[in-house]
Amino acid sequence: MAASSETQGSTPRVSLWNDPQKRSLIYQAIVVVMIVGFFGFVINNTADNLEKRGIASGFGFLYSPAGFDVGMSPFLTYEPSKATHGTVLIVGVLNTLLVAITGIVIATIIGFIVGVLRLSPNWLVSRMAYCYVETLRNIPLLLQLLFWYFAVLGTLPSKRDSISMFDTFFLNIEGLFGPLPVPQDGFWMILLAIAIAITAIVMIKKWAQKRQDETGQPFPVFLVSVGLLIVLPLIAAVIAGFPLEFEHPQKNRFGLRGGMIILPEFAALILGLSLYTASFIAEIVRSGIQAISHGQTEAAYALGVRPTVTMRLVVIPQALRVIVPPLTSQYLNLTKNSSLAVAIGGAEIVAIFAGTSLNQAGQAIEIIAITMGFYLTVSLLISMFMNWYNRRIALVER
Amino acid sequence: MADLSYVRTESHPDMPPPSSEVGILAWLRQNLFSGWLNSLLTLAAIYLLYKILPPFFGWAFWNADWNGTTYKDCTSGGACWAMIRVRFDQFMYGFYPEAERWRVNLWVVLLFGSAIPLLIENSPGKKYFAIFLFILFPPIAYLLLYGGMGLRVVDTAQWGGLFLTLVLATVSIVVSLPLGIVFALGRRSNMPIVRMICIAFIELWRGVPLITVLFMGSVMLPLFLPPGTNFDKILRTLIVMSFFSAAYMAEVVRGGLQAIPKGQFEAAQAMGLSYWKMMALIILPQALKIVIPGIVNTFIGLFKDTTLVLVIGLFDFLTIVQAATTHKNWLGTSTEGYVFVAAVFWVFCFSMSRYSITLERRLDTGHRN
Amino acid sequence: MKIKTILTAVATATAALTIAGAASAGILDDVKKKGFLQCGVNTGLTGFSAPNDKGKWEGFDVDFCRSMSAAIFGSPDKVKYTPLTSKERFTALQSGEIDVLARNTTWTFTRDVNLGLEFIGSNYTDGQGFMVRKDLGVKSAKELDGASVCIQTGTTTELNLADFFRSNSMKFTSVVFEKADEIRAAYDAGRCDVYTTDRSGLAAQRSLLKKPDDHLVLPEVVSKEPLGPVVRHGQSEWGDVARWTLFALIVSEELGVTSANADQMKSSKNPEVLRLLGVEGKMGEQLGVRQDWAYQIVKTVGNYGEIYERHVGVNTPLKLERGLNQQWSKGGLLYAPPFR
Repeated sequence: MAASSETQGSTPRVSLWNDPQKRSLIYQAIVVVMIVGFFGFVINNTADNLEKRGIASGFGFLYSPAGFDVGMSPFLTYEPSKATHGTVLIVGVLNTLLVAITGIVIATIIGFIVGVLRLSPNWLVSRMAYCYVETLRNIPLLLQLLFWYFAVLGTLPSKRDSISMFDTFFLNIEGLFGPLPVPQDGFWMILLAIAIAITAIVMIKKWAQKRQDETGQPFPVFLVSVGLLIVLPLIAAVIAGFPLEFEHPQKNRFGLRGGMIILPEFAALILGLSLYTASFIAEIVRSGIQAISHGQTEAAYALGVRPTVTMRLVVIPQALRVIVPPLTSQYLNLTKNSSLAVAIGGAEIVAIFAGTSLNQAGQAIEIIAITMGFYLTVSLLISMFMNWYNRRIALVER
Repeated sequence: MADLSYVRTESHPDMPPPSSEVGILAWLRQNLFSGWLNSLLTLAAIYLLYKILPPFFGWAFWNADWNGTTYKDCTSGGACWAMIRVRFDQFMYGFYPEAERWRVNLWVVLLFGSAIPLLIENSPGKKYFAIFLFILFPPIAYLLLYGGMGLRVVDTAQWGGLFLTLVLATVSIVVSLPLGIVFALGRRSNMPIVRMICIAFIELWRGVPLITVLFMGSVMLPLFLPPGTNFDKILRTLIVMSFFSAAYMAEVVRGGLQAIPKGQFEAAQAMGLSYWKMMALIILPQALKIVIPGIVNTFIGLFKDTTLVLVIGLFDFLTIVQAATTHKNWLGTSTEGYVFVAAVFWVFCFSMSRYSITLERRLDTGHRN
Repeated sequence: MKIKTILTAVATATAALTIAGAASAGILDDVKKKGFLQCGVNTGLTGFSAPNDKGKWEGFDVDFCRSMSAAIFGSPDKVKYTPLTSKERFTALQSGEIDVLARNTTWTFTRDVNLGLEFIGSNYTDGQGFMVRKDLGVKSAKELDGASVCIQTGTTTELNLADFFRSNSMKFTSVVFEKADEIRAAYDAGRCDVYTTDRSGLAAQRSLLKKPDDHLVLPEVVSKEPLGPVVRHGQSEWGDVARWTLFALIVSEELGVTSANADQMKSSKNPEVLRLLGVEGKMGEQLGVRQDWAYQIVKTVGNYGEIYERHVGVNTPLKLERGLNQQWSKGGLLYAPPFR
């Protein structure tokens, strides 16, 4: 019926509404107009409001003095009298990155261990790993952070009786104190040695791979690498006359000051974040390993490959393909969750920049926009890196 | 010559298996002490349990105080559960007027009464429950909780406790589901502009922490509106949380859409169904069924995330318990408070996650590999 | 056609954004029309504003809101409270979410001039102080070089602290929290040596420590902190109601009118008392509130002294002396213009 009518005319007359292409163009035009209109409405209102209420706008505040102290700034020297809100932003970004990277490393280690223990033939151990996973991942992270912070704080020794380890490390309620390495002249030689060692390791690894492909002879790359990494910098240090001095924490009237400090807030944040995220990673690792068919292991055994080597060369590389995509989203979650530090006195970007700076400078829109922009950038970078890694280990179909 | 050879004519009765292969000993050996490494792990685990469990149970039960009106009544050195008892109603209902609390109870009964049949497979009348939950229930809930039409108005400033947590979580999930479906469809649309806008929306919300979003709702949203407009604080929080979870929901739904074989789309189109009919009648019913576990998991995440409203000064379950533990009558009971909140959250989240795992197993048709 | 749904979504969003009534000319009329006063208070500061066991808000700041309600409606209970964090308080006032902000807010130039706010006076004169453990042996804030300090974020305190240490060329490390409860918990656990905030706040927090007597508030006052209620800029009529509510509280104490004797005082011989209580003159009418507004305030809430003693005075856990918050005639700073 419809077909016959269409074949009659040479150019079928289709109404505008029934032509899918034109229709979709109209739709999109409407959407664009709506979106533009919506943003116009919001921007107009905002400008109106800002003007009416006499709230300043623009990014000039980044250069105006901040005048307050941030709790922790391990990478920059922070002087409340000289710092601007821009400095606060930089300190916040660095601290967030530090928390995220440390947390990711620790969470991955714990997660892999617990994930493997979950599959252990030992009944008790696998049950305990199960309890760990199910307890931690079903309790809100914020609650865990509060618990860790105030529980840990309660059990730490007071400043009077700090625990001392070899008279170099001290632990009390203000944190873990240790010597801070201060590079002296000639320190570049050690850095150079480390760089040489790393280059050498990369080359050795390539050579060993090639040799194994050709002759089947394995080469102990790992041991050699560790050796190189230790020996070369050591030689350089001897030649340069140990160009590294340590600044030890000093006692004053109130407690220990100076040196390197791990603050309790930071420790609780890392602890809470990594334990929580590890419970998710453990489940990912478990299902990743379980996804590898048992035939793979059996085939490896049948070829006479030892269990540890089987795990390393057969099971884990295949499991990683299943593990990496969900692992990426866990890393992203950890990074975003680091913002909960605001509840336990941490000093990352949300706490000091979107918190204190926002309060003092009063420019909510700019500050929240910068903060969100930062998280978006980090999320994007992590996804890009993990996607690259995922492609690298992906199954190459031959 | 007598035949001395002895030939058994009947088989010997079965010997019992060696004691090392049956019973509790064998189980122990196989499961706990099968090698030196395993034995070591077992011993370490037992030591750990010994270090954790007895002190914990001692604190939580045997040495605990159950009665009292201030922290000074808690004298036995264990947990001070009296605090929870005294403040229990406040923890559940917040500052909701006592005379009106039946409304909250009724709301909870209606909510669970209509949601649980939806989650049980093969329960009769699913369609009616769904219609009720998604269409009739929201206005009823609004009337019940906020008031109007003869019911006394209870200002949202009086909402709090576990009740507020449930409101935040359920409202955002109910709102975010349709929104999420829209954005998921948009992301798979073949109109480039629509697709780009949807991708931008989803990735923008998923890329930032909920805390910044909540700050935005509480500090920035009023600036975006025409001068003089103002919103209730809880409504603002609900709006940003719904958008936030809609972005996650969109990704869950997209996963479901991608799992539907292309043949289904083609078959529907061949039948002459329009886009919306195809989606509503063929694709979405299948896709949504697959993603129920995903939706439940999103809900668990959201439910846990509601605790973050602590930073914007709403008295949700965690905040109200925290406020109680810092009250002058209950100093030093914060551990009890945290443990109590943790236990309640755990019960909710664990049962939901069990449900989603069972469902996943049932829906798994074994096509993998 | 998926677009339709998106359009609907956008349309709903836009519609949602335009709900809620637009602002009208006068807040006072608005408040009278809606029948209650929306008051922004602290999320929890013992003595100033905190929910009690029954969830009712009470405290020094809360009683200011109740006084305004008494002046307008003749009942102190027509108030709805919005608990606000220090971050939200100004936005909430600017956007009209609340009618008046009574949340221990320091009156500063920037806030009054730049943020579109109007401070109507100071109902509590405070100053920043320091609290330390007695066993540290510190007697003066000048000895705090190298100490670690617990502090609340987003306050003028934070800036004063840095200034004070800088001007005395001392160093400090800070531990920063969002909520007063968290700071107290950390200080009590020994995480920091010093707790700094307004001295009234210190008193409130000290009363909640495990062993209040082990702690000492140092004598130095390092800043001026006039705390007062705030209204939106450009609302003079409404500002007058708030301002004169505050003055009525002060004057009634000065004239000896209390909640107990308010009725007898109506037949007093002092013409100012009669004007205040609305027996003579038309002050209430001119202000746009009830004729017996000040009578209602004193009768139902009390005068300044009564409110002070009820929530923060020496017989409360806070144990605060009147100090600067005494009538001018007794050496304090409370000074209300004459009622004529």
